[in-house]
Amino acid sequence: MSVFRHGADGRLPTAFTTPGTSSFTDFLSQHAPDLLPGRRPVPGTGTAVPEVPHATTIVALTFAGGVVMAGDRRATMGNLIAHREMEKVYPADEYSCVGIAGTAGVAVELVRLFQVELEHYEKIEGALLSLDGKANRLATMIRGNLGLALQGLAVVPLFAGYDIDHRQGRIFSYDVTGGRYEERDHHSVGSGSLFARGTLKKGWRPDLDARAAVRVALESLVDAAEDDSATGGPDERRRIYPVVATVTDVGYQRLTDDVLAAEVAAVLDAREGSIHSSLGGSPPLVTGSRSSAEDEEARP
Amino acid sequence: MTMPPYYASPEQIMKDRADYARRNIARGRPVVVLGYDGGIAFVAENPSRSLHKISEIYDRIAFAAVGKYNEFENLRVAGVRYADLRGYSYDRSDVTARGLANAYAQGVGAVFTTEPKPLEVEIAVAEVGADQDRDQIFRLTYDGSVGDEGPFVAMGGQAEQITSGLQEGWRAAMSLSQALTLAVSLLGRDSPATPNGPVTSRPLGAGQLEVAILDRQRPRRAFRRLAGPLLERLLTPDDPTTDAPPTDDLRPGMHDTLTGDGEHPAPSDGEGDTSAPAPS
Repeated sequence: MSVFRHGADGRLPTAFTTPGTSSFTDFLSQHAPDLLPGRRPVPGTGTAVPEVPHATTIVALTFAGGVVMAGDRRATMGNLIAHREMEKVYPADEYSCVGIAGTAGVAVELVRLFQVELEHYEKIEGALLSLDGKANRLATMIRGNLGLALQGLAVVPLFAGYDIDHRQGRIFSYDVTGGRYEERDHHSVGSGSLFARGTLKKGWRPDLDARAAVRVALESLVDAAEDDSATGGPDERRRIYPVVATVTDVGYQRLTDDVLAAEVAAVLDAREGSIHSSLGGSPPLVTGSRSSAEDEEARP
Repeated sequence: MTMPPYYASPEQIMKDRADYARRNIARGRPVVVLGYDGGIAFVAENPSRSLHKISEIYDRIAFAAVGKYNEFENLRVAGVRYADLRGYSYDRSDVTARGLANAYAQGVGAVFTTEPKPLEVEIAVAEVGADQDRDQIFRLTYDGSVGDEGPFVAMGGQAEQITSGLQEGWRAAMSLSQALTLAVSLLGRDSPATPNGPVTSRPLGAGQLEVAILDRQRPRRAFRRLAGPLLERLLTPDDPTTDAPPTDDLRPGMHDTLTGDGEHPAPSDGEGDTSAPAPS
């Protein structure tokens, strides 16, 4: 691959040995700019972007000692379900996570680059970036994608992490131009975010613990899935549950499927009464018996 | 016809450069890299807490160097960039110590032949494998020659003396504490003042050492520095601690150093795996 080709005298290209930057993105922009997601514009005028998979709803909320982020598993392509097991919540590093909404392909690439960016800094500097520093880095990367966004391939992530200096969970949202906004208490992005936000608003309290916060996140995703066709609800039969992760002073922890199975069952069980009460249980499919039908026929 | 007065034969130029590099490298304090049953250990005498001779390059790969700090620091950064670029454009599993050692060899060799001054550095690049037979340690010298070393490497001052000590004392399947004890005893042995004089040895405490491991058991990033009470316990012969703990220190922050302070009661190292416990 050409990016690894040595110079004429056999040396690594000068970008490798140039001192001064601890950023992997800066290094790429000097040495291999075509590897940056935003530097590969879609050919053509940009009005006819093909239909591509989109990732949908991400929610995040803070609790005492950290933050929880959850995302549904559905990716849609127009009216089709492109993927029903997509992961949209990723660890960015040990103390932060990023959830993606928007064009799935570009978003996944952006997250991969962001993960390398944070680890690269950590290795070269021997220190962690501050949470604000990470949030700003992500803003710069989203700004670099503006060209694609204007062509219809927008990425709008949600970033959350545990601030080691201030000992609390924090949430940041973005717009396509790289605008960075710190959110208070909770936030959601993606097509189902409107419906999720109502639930978050009602469910969030300042004294939530981790388990209660996970419950609110799941409630909001289930509500979003009920009203937004692009958001997938929990699929208990296939054991496909939302990706739920907490970030606290012990770092990023993703909940296991076994834990989620129990939490999802609890959320759905609590709704059972309100949904089925008017039906009074499952009615029989066919009332009356064959013999009675024969009787009717036989009647003169 | 007479040669111009400034003529020097290529042999002489190369020999002068090699002598210059070798002399300056031998003046520095040595670094030892050696395998143990659970991974690869790196030991250097280095009282500085911030200017490292041993560093992480990638998930399973680490770097150790002797010589001029600014020169090997530049090579370390280049190595991290090389590894991250390769892992980003292919996959994390496609980054190998062999590829990195080749890239270094090209670069260091080119400087040796084309620049007036060679790099005064010697580097070891080590990768921990699935088992001890698949561990790899490469050694690069100032002229760009690269060697696939056996289970141990010593570089810097008194390297030959330490290597012969390792040949006598190293065994396969040593525990971490045995490997560290061997390395520290060899590092502390000063060469005799006169050719046949007695070998003097200095005891080296945990505070004067820079120690790191590539721990085979860790799921992704295998590199951890060892310091503080944990390192002291590992270097104490009658202490029951023989291996590094499988979990990181409890305190929040960067988890590149294991000190043994507040060890976890239950595993939870936050490496981003899916085995995280339920929130409580």
